[in-house]
Amino acid sequence: MTRYALHPQVGLRDEQFGALAYHYGNRRLTFLNDARLVTVVRTAAEHQDIDDALAAAGVPDGQRPAYLTALQRLHDAEILTCE
Amino acid sequence: MRVTDRMAQGLDAPICLTWELTYGCNLSCVHCLSSSGRRDPRELTTDECASVIDDLAAMKVFYVNIGGGEPTLRPDFWDLLDHAVDRKVGVKFSTNGSRITTAAAARLAATDYVDVQISVDGADAATNDAIRGAGSFDVATTAMRNLADAGFGEFKVSVVVTRDNVGQLDDFLALATGFGAQLRLTRLRPSGRGADVWDDLHVTAEQQRELYQWLLAHPGVLTGDSFFHLSALGEPLPGLNLCGAGRVVCLIDPVGDVYACPFVLHEQFKAGSVRGNGGFPSVWRTSALFQELREPDSAGACASCGSYDACRGGCMAAKFFTGLPLDGPDPECVHGHGEVALLAASSAGSRPSSGPGHTRRGPVPVSIGRRPA
Repeated sequence: MTRYALHPQVGLRDEQFGALAYHYGNRRLTFLNDARLVTVVRTAAEHQDIDDALAAAGVPDGQRPAYLTALQRLHDAEILTCE
Repeated sequence: MRVTDRMAQGLDAPICLTWELTYGCNLSCVHCLSSSGRRDPRELTTDECASVIDDLAAMKVFYVNIGGGEPTLRPDFWDLLDHAVDRKVGVKFSTNGSRITTAAAARLAATDYVDVQISVDGADAATNDAIRGAGSFDVATTAMRNLADAGFGEFKVSVVVTRDNVGQLDDFLALATGFGAQLRLTRLRPSGRGADVWDDLHVTAEQQRELYQWLLAHPGVLTGDSFFHLSALGEPLPGLNLCGAGRVVCLIDPVGDVYACPFVLHEQFKAGSVRGNGGFPSVWRTSALFQELREPDSAGACASCGSYDACRGGCMAAKFFTGLPLDGPDPECVHGHGEVALLAASSAGSRPSSGPGHTRRGPVPVSIGRRPA
């Protein structure tokens, strides 16, 4: 079971194109260009696993692989933590 | 739409906000962007500064670049630093190092959300002190040692690239890494007192090509997107490669005036004041100047150049203070179009001036930990 959460050192700011994520530790800025992805990132920790979080954000089943790839990249960039 | 196009239309809040806390400085660097020296009696009070920080926190500005002048000369500097980090507004401040004593270094090492940038403009005392004043290299390197010894981690060593120090890039890198720091290189701008020395100190066309190759070979060196005009030489340098003025960048000066970027302290690029109704958020969101800067650029005289998509015409401030039209080539255009334009401009009239600003007169001695005279 994969469960993501926003990294405690990351600040998230909504923008018209989606959101900006800033990591206060490594001081890197990341662009989130999809409103639904922003919702998933923001709410991931409130759900028991990532499937649940994607469903709650209204991500269609066919698009799940793309979202999971994006989330993995955000994890690699230390925007998300994973348990 | 590409992210860079979105950025060009402006963001809800700046990403990169520079705040010059004071015009007071114990140095008198020949290229100072803000012509600093004397404090200005109209500088923002401690309460006003705290309220600006509260506004930045509400706007979710992730961090602020604090400079001056020498920001640590303000007696309330450390309180304002704490006020910001307590509200999760990260602070990166630029300093000449004169107040980074062992005690200050220990305090900084123990504070989250703080980054420190020590300025040097030569990899040895002779080269540096010619720009920044006698003794300033020793002061800066002592500060670097203090930060390293305190276990601060990766602070920044910040260098303005000039004709005289561009041959020392490897030495700068060795200096920074020797202290566990990151090197940051930025472009010399003809702004403030920089206007007086730009003709003599800005890098030559040949040096620009060497600098470009060196930057490509050292992608870990920070540049603050300073050299995007060099991207016209070939593959783009890392970064957004656009002028962020009023779009993702702006400047608050010590008296609270808001300018489009740190390099255009001139009436023409003043967007408003944090002392006005609505404070800083209102200036960022509604100023007519910023709205205008967020409109699509006109390529102007550069429209027929195949490199325009790479360099976007270069730096607005560099053009403005060398008397060039804003919709034409950068004075340091890698294709040489700037040199031609400069000749035309010099026959047409004088360059805009930011005036003497807060420049002090007479020599300015400096040593670490001592109060300024």
